Amino acid sequence: MEVVLEKKAETKVKYRSEKQNKKITNIIIFILLSIGAIFMVAPLLWMVSTSFKDIQEVYALPPIWIPESFDFIKYKEIWEKGPLLNGIFNSLIVAVSVTVIGTFTSALAAFAFGKMNFPYKNQLFLLLLTAMMIPYPVVMIPQFMIFSQIGWVDTLLPLIVPGLFGNIIMIFFLRQYLSSVPNSIIEAAKIDGCSYFKIFYKIIFPLVRPAVAAQLILWFMAIWNDYLGPILYLNSPEKQTLQLVIANFNSTYAIQSDYPLIMAASVVSLLPMLIVFIIFQKQIIESVAISGVKG
Amino acid sequence: MKTTSKLYQSERRNAYLFVAAPVIGFLIFTLAPTLYSLYGSFTNWNGLGQMNFIGIQNYIDLLTDESFHKTMYNTLFMMLGIPIGLVLALLLALGLNRAIIGTQVFRVLYYVPVISSLAAISILWQWAYNGDYGLVNQFLGIFGIDGPSWLMNKDTVKPALILMTVWKGLGYSMLLYLAALQSVPKTYYEAARLDGANAFQVFKNITLPMVKPVTFFIVVTSIIGGAQIFTEINVMTPTGGPEYSSATVVFYIWQKAFGNFEMGYGSAMAVVLGLFIFAFTYIQFKVNEKSSYDLD
Repeated sequence: MEVVLEKKAETKVKYRSEKQNKKITNIIIFILLSIGAIFMVAPLLWMVSTSFKDIQEVYALPPIWIPESFDFIKYKEIWEKGPLLNGIFNSLIVAVSVTVIGTFTSALAAFAFGKMNFPYKNQLFLLLLTAMMIPYPVVMIPQFMIFSQIGWVDTLLPLIVPGLFGNIIMIFFLRQYLSSVPNSIIEAAKIDGCSYFKIFYKIIFPLVRPAVAAQLILWFMAIWNDYLGPILYLNSPEKQTLQLVIANFNSTYAIQSDYPLIMAASVVSLLPMLIVFIIFQKQIIESVAISGVKG
Repeated sequence: MKTTSKLYQSERRNAYLFVAAPVIGFLIFTLAPTLYSLYGSFTNWNGLGQMNFIGIQNYIDLLTDESFHKTMYNTLFMMLGIPIGLVLALLLALGLNRAIIGTQVFRVLYYVPVISSLAAISILWQWAYNGDYGLVNQFLGIFGIDGPSWLMNKDTVKPALILMTVWKGLGYSMLLYLAALQSVPKTYYEAARLDGANAFQVFKNITLPMVKPVTFFIVVTSIIGGAQIFTEINVMTPTGGPEYSSATVVFYIWQKAFGNFEMGYGSAMAVVLGLFIFAFTYIQFKVNEKSSYDLD
C-alpha cells in the first residue's frame, strides 16, 4: 500500500515538474518571440516615427522614437511635391483591371481544366505550367520591343494587357480546389440543359469563391508592389505607378535629406496593403498556407 | 450514341473557348518572347536597327565579361540568405506552434514585412543603413560598436542586403512551416513520447521529415526569386554599389538592355540566367525525389 502511494506521489511530482518545465519553456519562448517581433517591427515603427519628426529630431543622437510634437506637415507636402495621387490612381487602374478580368479568365480556364473533357487537356495544362518556369528577365526584352513597336511604352497597357489573359498560378490553385467538387452536380446541371457558361457562373464560381478571394488578394498585392515592370515601361511622372513615384521621391529628396518626407510617402504606400491585410488576414494566411503545403 | 457525341462536341467547343485566353496569353507573352530572346541572343540586336546573326559571339563575350561574372557571383552570394531564413523560419514556427498567448499577434507582426511593398522597404532600409544616423548603427552603438556605412562599403553591402531580404521574407516561410506543423498528426508525437524519444529525436525523426515538402517548396521558390533580385538593388544602390559589388544579374541585364541598348547581349544573359534557374530547379526536384524514396 505504502509503495503504491509513494509511486503515485512520485508520478504526480514527475508530472508536475514536467508541466512546470513546459510552462518555463513557454515563457522563455514567449520572451524570445517578443524580442524577435521587436526586431521585425522596429524598422517599420522607425519609418512612421521619422515621418512625424522635424529635421533636428531626424539627426538626433541618441535616436528619438517618439517625436516631441507630431508634425503632420510632411503628410501634406507629399501630395504637393510629387504625383503621389496619380501614382495611387495608376496602380489602382492596373491592379483592379488585371485582377478582375484576369480572375474571370483564370477561373473559367480552371473550370475547363478541372471539370471538362477535351482532347489534349493535360498537354495544354502542362504547356501552361512551363510558363511558371520561365523567369521574367527572359521575356522582358522581347516583350518590351513588342510593346514599343505598337507604341504602348509610357502607357499602362503593357502592365495591364498580359494579365488579362489569366494567371497560371491561380488556374493551378483553382483547379486543385475544384477537384473536391463532385462531378455529379455538373452532370445534373447538364441534364437539366444548363449551358457550360451558366454552370460556371451559377454553380462553379460560387463554390470556388473563397479560393478566388484569397488568390485575388495575393495577386492584387503582387501587382500593387511590382517594380520591375513599371520601371521598364513608364517614363513620364504622371504615368508612373505608386512604387515608382515612391522610388523617385527617394532619389530626389534623399540627397536633400528630407527623410521625413520620404518616410511619409513610404507610409502612405504601405497603408492600403496593410489595411487589406488586416481585413482579409484569415483568407490570406490560409491561402498562403494551402498553396505552400499542397501546391 | 449520336446525342452523346453531340454533347461531347459542345463540351469540347466550350472547353476550348474557356481555356483560350490563358493559352493565347501564354503563346503571345511567354512562348514567343522566349523564342525571340533565344534568337536575339545570337544577334547584335540593338533594339533599333537590324539584327545581324553573329552566332555564339555574345556567349563567348560573356565568358570573359568580368561584370557578368561579378553579378553572377553577387547573385549567388546573396542566396546565402535562403538557408539562414529557412532555419529562422522553422524555429519561429516551432515556437508559434506551442500553446503560448499572443501567437495570433506574433503571426501578424512577423508577416507585416512580407506584405509591405519592396520599394518602400528598400527605402526604409537604405535609411536604416545610413552610416551616421541609421537605425542599424545606432543600435550597434548601444554595444559600443561603431558600424560602417553599410551600403557604401563593398564588404558590407551584400551582408546588409541579405539581412534585409531575410527580414522581409521570414514571415512568409514561417507561415508555410506553421501550416505544415499543424497538419502533423498528434498521434505521431504521442507515440514518440511513449517510446521515450527526447525532444531532439522527435524533431529529427518526425518534425523534419514532415515539413520536408514545405522546405522543398521554399528552397525552390526562393532560388527562382533570388536569382531575379532587382528592386532592392535598384532602389538601395542605384549604381550597383561600390565597385559594382551589389549589382545582380538582372540589374546588369537591365543596364545593358535598357541603358546601353545591347538587347542581343542582354538576351544572352537572360538565356543563361533562365538555364541556370532551370538547372537549379531540376536538380532540386531530382534530389527531393531521391530522398523521398529513402524515406519509404
